[in-house]
Amino acid sequence: MSAALLLEQLLNGLQLGVMLFLMAAGLTLIFGVMGLINLAHGSLYMVGAFACAMIASATGSFWIGLAASLVAAAAAGAIVEVLVIRRLYQRDHLDQVLATFALILIFSEGTRWLFGSFPLYLDIPPLLQGAVPLPGGGQYQLYRLAVIGVGVVVAAGLYLLISRTRLGMRIRAGESDREMIAALGVDISTLYTVVFALGAALAGLAGALVGALQSVQVGMGEPVLILAFVVIVIGGIGSIKGALFGAVLVGVVDTMGRFLLPQALSLMLPASQANLVGAALASMLIYIVMALILAIRPSGLFSAQS
Amino acid sequence: MTRETFANALLALLLLAVPIAASYMGEPFYVTLATRIAVLALAAVGLNIALGLGGLVSFGHAAFFGLGGYAAGVLATHAFNAEPLLFGIASTTSMPVIWLVAIVVCGLVALPIGAVSLRTAGVYFIMITLAFAQMIYYFAVSWPAYGGEDGLSIYVRNTFPGLNTAQPLPFFLICYVLLLLGLLLFRFLRDSRFGAALQAARQNATRLAAVGIPPFKIRLVAFAISAMVTGLAGALFADLNRFASPSMLSWHMSGELIVLIVLGGIGRQFGPVAGAMLFVLLEYVLGGITERWQFFLGLILLGVVLFARGGLIGLLAGRARHG
Repeated sequence: MSAALLLEQLLNGLQLGVMLFLMAAGLTLIFGVMGLINLAHGSLYMVGAFACAMIASATGSFWIGLAASLVAAAAAGAIVEVLVIRRLYQRDHLDQVLATFALILIFSEGTRWLFGSFPLYLDIPPLLQGAVPLPGGGQYQLYRLAVIGVGVVVAAGLYLLISRTRLGMRIRAGESDREMIAALGVDISTLYTVVFALGAALAGLAGALVGALQSVQVGMGEPVLILAFVVIVIGGIGSIKGALFGAVLVGVVDTMGRFLLPQALSLMLPASQANLVGAALASMLIYIVMALILAIRPSGLFSAQS
Repeated sequence: MTRETFANALLALLLLAVPIAASYMGEPFYVTLATRIAVLALAAVGLNIALGLGGLVSFGHAAFFGLGGYAAGVLATHAFNAEPLLFGIASTTSMPVIWLVAIVVCGLVALPIGAVSLRTAGVYFIMITLAFAQMIYYFAVSWPAYGGEDGLSIYVRNTFPGLNTAQPLPFFLICYVLLLLGLLLFRFLRDSRFGAALQAARQNATRLAAVGIPPFKIRLVAFAISAMVTGLAGALFADLNRFASPSMLSWHMSGELIVLIVLGGIGRQFGPVAGAMLFVLLEYVLGGITERWQFFLGLILLGVVLFARGGLIGLLAGRARHG
């Protein structure tokens, strides 16, 4: 095992973490401000990926597709918020789970209806094709590095948005006391729609960026959604900082676990068995980490509520 | 006799009469459909103990459903290949033994999962139970000894002393009797001192603690019992399909179990039965009309959640007297 390989895996973990952050930031924002658990967030991720793939293949430009993914996901989010989600804020979590579960069925089956069951493919834009050399002699895909860069920019942008702008001030106020800011004359229902659309746009962006690495297909959002849940549970629901920390932790632990566990076990077990046990353990690793963190801090590492 | 008792008796009779009639008319397909309803209803009865009585929104009950299924699958495979289990114990195809194994395994797994998950509440609880179920799902998928992603076939349906389980009707009757026992257990728990404490924990945990009953223990026991009933249903489901599939462990299954309860009516004794009937019939009728039946199922579900909170039993028997 060379240092270059280790670095490559570390970067892969970081890239996964950044993707998870884009998903988790929206989820945690929506929960923090509106108190809503949104299972359909993965569907918005899928909408972004499909919009990007469709527009990119129609226009030939990945960048127009990327813009389309933001617009499509934000629009889908806003429409869903106005039609359905708005009625759920006052309901208990069970109703929210069920209604958004129903939305998943509608979105997945609707997308299959429109696009068929075959996956679409999205090419990496020419500007970002190729690889960059790593210290230690390895190569790393430029596109993945760019994805990490996008994540860092979005994280910084979100920080500025929330801490420095009027909208951010309202979002923070909405988190701490929604009746009060409504009483102060802020149009709370527009604010909710904006926050939901913002979260949706982030999910759509994540979907489009990942779409170029994997295939674009129905159901692609669900595994990511569940990982994003793990992220916000670890980070503390409602906390963007927690989402960032949790996302990087989950991304790196998951990737490194899959890479290192079989090797570590091969010191003790025969090779074939080490691979088997290692792979099985690695797929459970983040959940074990989550259970350990929750056993110590039941409301996550950076809980906004406590 | 209240309207609810009447509605319950009607549902129970309907579920028994239709497959018997279908069997004598030579339509085994409808017997299988009814068996599916009975088994899914039993799984949801299990979840209803945690969800309906305890207010514990477990989004991970597929874990127990799947574990029960795998218990049936693994034991049947070992018996089929004449391989002994751990410590050289011979495997078996006897259903009562398999059920016992499924119940014990689910109870043993539910205790640690519940112990960690119940430290939290609300949304955290939903997500953590989901995450634990995913953990078991990924384990089953990545562990090739018992089929991995392909699942585990049960070549010959397991046996029950004195009955030919390969025939649809006897197998249906087994499932039906177990469903009735599950419903009786639910009723017994609901009306017992334990059930009173459990429902009090849902309504106001602080007050319950103040009168000297620890809510955590009550909830943990309820969670484990709930998991055991769902696990038993899982074993039956695997035998019904002659297949233990990883999809039994998937989070869609957890969602479906909750859907069954809500369609029928949360916390109602026969809610899961009504919900399972409605769900399987929708699946069958819509699935016959359009390939895209899940789209319409989603719309119907959305309508029920937004506008019809009492579920089917609420429609038949009026709203519940207590919240």
